[in-house]
Amino acid sequence: MRAQDADRLFYYLCGGLALGLILLVIGIGLTLLWGSLPSIKAFGFKFLWGKVWDPVNEEFGALPFIVGTLITSFLALIITFPFAISSGIFLAEYAPPRIAGPLSALIELLAGIPSVIYGLWALFYLVPVVRWFEMRLGAPPFGLGLPTASLVLAIMILPYAASITREVLKMVPQELKEAAYGLGATRWEVIRGVCLPYASSGIVAGLVLSLGRALGETMAVTMVIGNRSEMPTSFWDLANTMASVIANEFTEASKDIHLAALIEVGLLLFVITLLVNILARMVIIRLKVK
Amino acid sequence: MLKRWLGFWLGIFFLLSGISLAEKITLLGAGATFPYPLYAKWFHVYHQKTGIKVNYQSIGSGGGIRQILARTVDFGASDAPMNEEELAKAPGKILHLPMAIGAVVIAYNVPGVPSGMKLTPEVLADIFLGKIKKWNDPRITKLNPGVKFPNMKILVVYRSDGSGTTFNFTYYLAKISPEWRKRVGYGKAVRWPTGVGGKGNEGVTGYVKQLPGAIGYLELAYAEQNHLPVAAIRNRAGKFVLPTLESISAAAKTQIPPDTRVLIVDTDATDGYPISAMTWILVYQEQAYGGRSYERAKALVDLLWWCIHEAQQYNESLLYARIPENIVKINEDLIRSITYKGIPLLK
Repeated sequence: MRAQDADRLFYYLCGGLALGLILLVIGIGLTLLWGSLPSIKAFGFKFLWGKVWDPVNEEFGALPFIVGTLITSFLALIITFPFAISSGIFLAEYAPPRIAGPLSALIELLAGIPSVIYGLWALFYLVPVVRWFEMRLGAPPFGLGLPTASLVLAIMILPYAASITREVLKMVPQELKEAAYGLGATRWEVIRGVCLPYASSGIVAGLVLSLGRALGETMAVTMVIGNRSEMPTSFWDLANTMASVIANEFTEASKDIHLAALIEVGLLLFVITLLVNILARMVIIRLKVK
Repeated sequence: MLKRWLGFWLGIFFLLSGISLAEKITLLGAGATFPYPLYAKWFHVYHQKTGIKVNYQSIGSGGGIRQILARTVDFGASDAPMNEEELAKAPGKILHLPMAIGAVVIAYNVPGVPSGMKLTPEVLADIFLGKIKKWNDPRITKLNPGVKFPNMKILVVYRSDGSGTTFNFTYYLAKISPEWRKRVGYGKAVRWPTGVGGKGNEGVTGYVKQLPGAIGYLELAYAEQNHLPVAAIRNRAGKFVLPTLESISAAAKTQIPPDTRVLIVDTDATDGYPISAMTWILVYQEQAYGGRSYERAKALVDLLWWCIHEAQQYNESLLYARIPENIVKINEDLIRSITYKGIPLLK
């Protein structure tokens, strides 16, 4: 009888806490929605494709930030992809355990570095490098902007993408690989023909999760993107992201409509991140079905 | 075992809370980040002298105004005076007390051009409007005979985060340039016609240092500490004035309205640096609100009185200018007008 009570208590405790977590997410969504109501009322859907962000004349359109966020995040993903895949393959398949252990630990260490450190490093070392390239290519030599922000984001999400790739590759059943080796496949053929196809959806899910992190990254991006609230016109242009405009303007936004517009940007970011995570979930579910 | 630990921690907890109960009042303040280093110094000295703690949180001027409006702090602090709209939201009359004077300096990174480049307000505005694009533009070289300017693009650097610094600078530009007033206007964050945005004074400092051809606006202390070249700006009296603690303080030696809600940019002070700025502490004139004790209100008034007198001696070493005599007088009158249930707190 008493054992059953404890069981039931534990059930309600866990259930309650799990429910609390869900309520928390819903609560955050609702708070953002509530806070952005004045802006939603004032600008409607025009907020999504308005190109002007002018706090003085109280005209707010979030398109430059949405574009800035999506460009930097997807560029970062594209840049990081080959590095993540190859380091994942190397660590899972090629590296002897003696090296693989410390190397994976190092990669995971990269994930633990605070983003402001990445930002500082990028400001002092990446910016001059990018500027050197820009001068060679005849682009405006800011050294800041979309390319620098994408590069620093790529470095920041690399540890996530690489770790997940390695983990997923390790999940490939030994029997499958041995069967392929038994048929006379080389190591490369086993990786290409067995491991990668088996792990592909897991790798994709890992990349999408990294993308989620890139979307929300604030500090490092703010330090190198140039914080220009206009539509970027070229790859070399200065830009701004949703997270960084919030970080920049939130503390001193004294007008109510300005504050509401910033909260609406936050709401949009929340929705986009949520969608990306749902996408990753769906891919992972497909992986499990297999 | 567990009980012993619990007892131990509870003991510590009660010990600490006992200490804090025995302590004197802790005053709460929140607001502007610009005067934070100065206030930190002041309040530290004040605590040592009187035992009264002041907990100041530098959350930004906007936050300071919101907190004083919500009456969650004893005083707010702001780099920009509250506007009519904000004052209308206040449940009581709010007083503005200037505490120190700072300046927005124009720093630049032009190879071969030393500190002290001369600029007129019109040229400055046209640079920030993106109309003057090169450093060897005749309008710049004409003002600076004998200085060799490179054929280099001008890169404007602005503050990307909302700030009192931006407010003061854009207010100045709007005052001296009709085109700026029409195209951009003024505020803590504006839509910049050209340039790149750095976050915070440190961000702008970093960009100006790193990018050849850059020109940006900063608080005086940052330019000084980083040894950046700064421009001498022509004031209304026709003098080119470099930003120094004296010239900044001098800018406020002019007609100041009794509520001190004025920006001291482009004043008629002959030796004044034209982009100077006061920073204010905001308090309610009637202190008996929200169950506040008389002792608390009295402690606040005593603190404010100390701030505008003795505390001013610490300003210069931290690169803030003192408030000049005429403003000290106004402050004294304002502080004397602070009441508790209608009775003045200072005799």
